[in-house]
Amino acid sequence: MGLKENIKYLFSYKLIGESLIKLNTKKSYKNFKPPKNWRTDILAPPLKTGVFTKEIITRHYLEGRYVNGVKPVAWVTSGAPIEILKALGFYILYPENHGALCGARKVALEISEEAEKRGYSIDICSYARTDIGSTLSKKTPVGRLPKPDLLLCCTNICQTVLYWYRVLAEYYKVPLIVIDTPFVYDEAREHDIEYVKKQLEASIEVSERVAGKSLSFSKLKEVVRLSKMAAELWLEIMNANKNKPAPISVFDQFIHMAPIVEKRGDPETVDFYSKMLDEINDRIKNGIGAVKNERKRVLWDNLPIWYKLKFLSEFLAENGVSVVASTYTNAWGELAPMMDIERPIESMARTYIYPILNRGTGHKLKTMETMVKEFELDGAILHSDRSCKPYSVGQMDQRIKLLNELGVAALLLEADHSDPRAFADEQVISRLKAFVEMMD
Amino acid sequence: METVKSIGIDAGSTTLKIVGVNEEGKILFTIVEDADPKVEEQTESILNKLKESYDIESSKIVATGYGSNLIKADKKITEITCHAKGIYEYFKSGGTAVDIGGQDNKVILISKGGKVIDFIMNDKCASGTGRFLENTAWRLKIPTEKMAELALNSDGEVKISSTCAVFAESEVISNLSRGEKLEHVIKGLHRAMVKRITSMIYAIGLNPPLMLSGGVAKNKAVVKMLEEELGEKPLIPENPQIMGAFGAALLGLSK
Repeated sequence: MGLKENIKYLFSYKLIGESLIKLNTKKSYKNFKPPKNWRTDILAPPLKTGVFTKEIITRHYLEGRYVNGVKPVAWVTSGAPIEILKALGFYILYPENHGALCGARKVALEISEEAEKRGYSIDICSYARTDIGSTLSKKTPVGRLPKPDLLLCCTNICQTVLYWYRVLAEYYKVPLIVIDTPFVYDEAREHDIEYVKKQLEASIEVSERVAGKSLSFSKLKEVVRLSKMAAELWLEIMNANKNKPAPISVFDQFIHMAPIVEKRGDPETVDFYSKMLDEINDRIKNGIGAVKNERKRVLWDNLPIWYKLKFLSEFLAENGVSVVASTYTNAWGELAPMMDIERPIESMARTYIYPILNRGTGHKLKTMETMVKEFELDGAILHSDRSCKPYSVGQMDQRIKLLNELGVAALLLEADHSDPRAFADEQVISRLKAFVEMMD
Repeated sequence: METVKSIGIDAGSTTLKIVGVNEEGKILFTIVEDADPKVEEQTESILNKLKESYDIESSKIVATGYGSNLIKADKKITEITCHAKGIYEYFKSGGTAVDIGGQDNKVILISKGGKVIDFIMNDKCASGTGRFLENTAWRLKIPTEKMAELALNSDGEVKISSTCAVFAESEVISNLSRGEKLEHVIKGLHRAMVKRITSMIYAIGLNPPLMLSGGVAKNKAVVKMLEEELGEKPLIPENPQIMGAFGAALLGLSK
């Protein structure tokens, strides 16, 4: 780790950057008001604690600019078991989150075209295209992404990541750890869990070598504890939407989930969600709903459509529709109870084999059916995501079953999580309008 | 001068349909024209002309279809609800309504009480819509109306495997250049289109009766093949193209 890098990191990030960001947060929190174009006629103001979401993410990417040479850097998949890396002091970057950010900032297309013009097919996941495009062209809305010293790829979300991370490994010439999680059809078999556990154990040596230090088990337990606490709080925040009206919408959750994905295992993430939960409980006490005139309650299945969050949120709110539950945001909370502080590695193996995308389509249907009942929903929007095949497969049957067996309106909406070429405003609006009319 | 209680305007991607009804929901006039790019001006000039023969001063105006955003109307309602209403009131029956339009296909499940239970529309791809046949008709310089006749009188059929309207065109040309008979190819083209529609119907389930609307319902070959594929004889309104506008007009009557 270089002296020059350390000085730059301390000066530019710690001393100036971080202080300025914190000062700015303090100011925004004190003089909190919704953004100018916020539709206060149909929506509750944004959560005040949302200023911390912005702070956490801004600091995270700012640190990333100066972190090479100061801390070891790992790039990881969204469902990767990061607790070991956290305990070893890695700075962790999630290319999928960066892809989502590019989508929300409406630059994903320009960046993925950088990959496309080098021969990557338009049929590859738009996150992968954005990441590879960003790697090759250095384009990013966050200034600069740190180079990885290690790559961690877990197959519990899809198979695309295997090929994507091989591209990264070849480009950056750094070690790649693959954690292969066997598909869970019903319940995970003990030898599946053992197999994942063995891989996690084997990954420690490589991670230690890259980090230049040994793993402390007490530190690992601490990270698992914090990870579990944050995930439990996140789950509680989502469950708060069982109240009528729902205090926050799923569109809010899409934004505020960034820390649970990116900063899981940090103490500040626990503090952040605990503050957010307090604010949400206040809303419940005062009967404040995210959508002012909540007439209908629906769920969202699959990834968000990042470049259309505002458009969709406002259209639905105008029609009194609140999106109150989602299988996607739920994925970062539902597994929290499986984490066991006393048996960190084994419980990690269990937790990371069970994400919704690593399980059969019947499980997802059951999850949605439970949501319909517990959140008292009138309908379901199933985003058929061109980029995410594992999430989209089975949706046609799931839609029919929700309709026939639970009697809720269900709509399949074709789009893509960050490639706007797969989204046609007029077509989407005509389908959504008909969906709303059908619930009336 | 007869008083028009409500006017339904269906500004589709290909044609503009306008229907006026009286208090009882009886159709007083229907207008079908190719849609102009400036559909709002087109609508306005039609309505102005109508004033010469009807009293439309107090008519409720309900608009639907892709062009409806630009049209001045009292209410805007989606094509799904309008078609379902039009079909339901026309046949006085629930069931499966299939609308085959210029660029959109819709399959709508209607309950016994006339409520929309479920619907599906083609996404991202216009094969199986009117454009699918129109494209090829134009390429072969055959009037669209003649396509059905050629298909109906054909004694053979060539398999067209492409589901893409653009690729199907090149498949048609290459079949013809291999010496296949024109009518065999055209029949195959109709079959490919009908199969796209039947797969959409099966995606939400066929609940008889099958009721057709949209301009393509006037194509007798499509109707016959749909019956062959589904084993269900479709009911077709006298003027299938106006069902959306008719439904819109009727929705203007309800309070």
